Amino acid sequence: MTGNWTGQAINRKEDRRMLLGRARFVADMDRPGLLHAAFVRSPLAAATINTIGTREARSARGVAAVFTAKDLGDPYLFATLERDEFVPTRMPILAQDRVRFCGEPVALVIADDPYRAEDAAELVELDCDELTSSDPLHVAAPDNCLVDLVMFGDDRLPAIFGQAPVTIHATFRSARVAALPLEGRACLAEWDYRDDQLVLHVSTQVPHQVRSGVAQALGMPEHAVRVIAPDVGGGFGLKCVVGREEVAVAAAARQLRKPVRWVEDRQENLTASFHGHEQRYTITAAFGTDGIINGLDAEIECDTGAYSAFPFTCAVEPLMAASELPGIYRVPAYRARGRAMASAKPPTAPYRGVSRPQLVLVMERLMEKAAEQLGLDPLDVRRRNMIGTADFPYTGVNGITYDEGSYGESLDLAERLTKPWRAEIAELRENGNLAGIGFACFSERTAYGTPTMSQRRMRMTPGYDTAMVRMDPTGEVIVTTGTCGHGQGHETTFAQIVADRLGVHPSQVRLRQGDTDLAAYGWGTWGSRSVVIGGGAAARAADQVAHRLREIAAHLLEADQKDIELSDGSARIRGDEQAAIPISELAWTAHFQAHKTPHHETAGLQATASYDPPGTFSNACHVAMVVLDTGTGATRLRRYLVVEDCGVVINPLVVEGQVRGGVAQGVAAALTERLVYDQDGQPLSGTLMDYLAPTAAELCPVGIEHLETPSRHSETGAKGMGEGGLIGAPAAVLNAINDALSGTSIRFDHIPVLPQDLLAMLAGDTPCTP
Amino acid sequence: MHPITVTVNGKPHELTVEARRTLADMLRHDLGYTGTHLGCEHGICGACTVLLDGVPVRACLVFGVQADGAQVRTVEGLAGENDELSDLQQAFSDHHALQCGFCTPGFLMLAEAYLAEPAARTMTETEARELTASNLCRCTGYQGIVDAILATAEERARNRGRERT
Repeated sequence: MTGNWTGQAINRKEDRRMLLGRARFVADMDRPGLLHAAFVRSPLAAATINTIGTREARSARGVAAVFTAKDLGDPYLFATLERDEFVPTRMPILAQDRVRFCGEPVALVIADDPYRAEDAAELVELDCDELTSSDPLHVAAPDNCLVDLVMFGDDRLPAIFGQAPVTIHATFRSARVAALPLEGRACLAEWDYRDDQLVLHVSTQVPHQVRSGVAQALGMPEHAVRVIAPDVGGGFGLKCVVGREEVAVAAAARQLRKPVRWVEDRQENLTASFHGHEQRYTITAAFGTDGIINGLDAEIECDTGAYSAFPFTCAVEPLMAASELPGIYRVPAYRARGRAMASAKPPTAPYRGVSRPQLVLVMERLMEKAAEQLGLDPLDVRRRNMIGTADFPYTGVNGITYDEGSYGESLDLAERLTKPWRAEIAELRENGNLAGIGFACFSERTAYGTPTMSQRRMRMTPGYDTAMVRMDPTGEVIVTTGTCGHGQGHETTFAQIVADRLGVHPSQVRLRQGDTDLAAYGWGTWGSRSVVIGGGAAARAADQVAHRLREIAAHLLEADQKDIELSDGSARIRGDEQAAIPISELAWTAHFQAHKTPHHETAGLQATASYDPPGTFSNACHVAMVVLDTGTGATRLRRYLVVEDCGVVINPLVVEGQVRGGVAQGVAAALTERLVYDQDGQPLSGTLMDYLAPTAAELCPVGIEHLETPSRHSETGAKGMGEGGLIGAPAAVLNAINDALSGTSIRFDHIPVLPQDLLAMLAGDTPCTP
Repeated sequence: MHPITVTVNGKPHELTVEARRTLADMLRHDLGYTGTHLGCEHGICGACTVLLDGVPVRACLVFGVQADGAQVRTVEGLAGENDELSDLQQAFSDHHALQCGFCTPGFLMLAEAYLAEPAARTMTETEARELTASNLCRCTGYQGIVDAILATAEERARNRGRERT
């Protein structure tokens, strides 16, 4: 590395077009003769389909076509694990015989105008027989269990629980929630005659996986499908799986040979896309009198909806939960059973955090409960159980190796910085208020490469990524990657990484992402992987280009290559102020005077590199302060602090934005957000009046302190950090609520804690039974 | 179909629209102002906020025909010549008030209207937060947006003070 752009809080390159109103989202695109799609969706949660009457809709004004499963050849998406404990499900692109949740698509109407498409969709007649909730969703899973895995059993556990001075039995629950990107899902499909190719513009985090899903579902070679993600209005995991609507629209455009667009509306987004985080943990934990945890047993049940999402499957939540529950604590004996239960609700996608908001909540509540029972300081109980600095690299009972972090240091700093809050809380309490402070300590495993991902045994195992770095004849740089940023500022951070390697300015580096025809096969953006894996691949490729630049410069300057450094736009001989060549001149020479360069057959200036690290752990300590309104039952967030360590920070502005956005989602998961279904499986949270995303009024400023423990498993030393905000916040807020209630017998072990929950408990002042 | 006349960002347009067509769809698809985004189409998220005769409205809850004879301002009308960012737009970038950028035009227009009011000259953090609470953002946690609006209000108040002296 030669430059010093890493660590600079430079403004984002993305901002300008977005601030001008010139960004390009799928719904902003236009095509001559563009057709518009509307889906007909099941009004029932469980039913067998007798007939789908489309005659009237087909003859409605402006309608170009109506498709049912039969018209498309009954295509489906299929995601599976290579495990006996897994029951695969086919997710039909359109339901043909059976509907499994309210909102499932059964027909697709294509018209010349979106209003008319919706008009005609209402004319489709669905004749079906309602099934009862006792009918299993899939024949292959009579008990609706799609995954049932027991992991890390330990024969010593019964004895440990039998002899433990303190055994805690508790159940923890989290509600089903929506990722809720402000832009819903959207796609525009068109047939390109020149390239003989189906081109899909999709609001997605994973263009290559959309290509694979469409190609597999429609029986096409992958090269015949091109997927382009234009500007994407947020994803949060909702868009890292392939939507059946995307395949349906692709199939329609392929049949019609005309451009077709579908733009999801908010009701569809809330009731018929993908959900997450509906989990229940039944825990037994043994603690010694010293507060040390001796054994942990977990029964984990994830309600994963009607189907496995492509390509991750419905096992993503239970597997993550069962394998990572111990977190940053030294748990000597551990058993976990993780189950994925099918239900008559939309399938789940890996929503930001993926089980870790829940498992951190479980561990942080356990530390509090043990401390309370033993009369110890809850922060000291955490310290006694934490993986210590001297323990790294630490391999846990779950077989996971944790690389260096600052677990104790982040807690110490957070405790010190929030000392004044305690005085404020004491004063509030003296005045009769219920006020409390809550901590959450955790690590966040990021940048899962294939060595780690392979343990899940997915048929399609993700992890690596590939980047190409090209310098053009003017000395400007183009980077292509298979990662696909959608708000994370990759155009800026990747430019900083590459600029440092090549000695140029970040404004000279342009990132091209989200196009399957431009980039080598890659795995998109999710799992806090992009800056580590995509950025690492880009750094490696840039190093190769830098090597070539130094080789040419050394030749032209008649110097030793080792003495050439690239900085501030020039190649210079170290220690010699005079001897320098502008990098743009080297670029010109490499392209137009190749005969003057050594190894001239190495034409141009480009390199491709891949990266596939094992993964690295960032960590953080969150602290929340709340005041409970005993009149309304509302929990008011008063103060919030994050001490975080994501290794080398590429751009502090971006890191802090990610943290604060995640905290907002985590606070909302703890206090307001939940998707409600009635007993017949009807969704009751179909609007943003019912599903309460937080506004600025519900949040408070979030203070952030950085620690920096670089990772050796990362080309740049950076660790991923896209999810930590959401991972820590529910536990911190829940602990703060319970601290505020410390003078009562009320304890909450579920999220969200709604005003009505608090009022009911305060009225009875009885312990919460889950 | 109804013939209407509407001025958008100072430019007059004549067109015919269906009675049921929303102002948002008319701006986006009939007139090409795609900077106005639709996030919920039921008046909650505010991504489609535009100024109708100077007043912020949810363009998803207004019909195109209701804008007949009106002046509409959209995000495309904020920048100066040669796309020079306005002080508010620049503050959004400086304070990292946007990530995916989808909600951004709505927040910009909301703030633009409020900043034109005399009350904005003495805007407090609480007031900026209250204003920001009109719209939804899913990426930023709002802190950057609140800070950007507040910074712009303070800067404009300072500039007014300087002009006076």
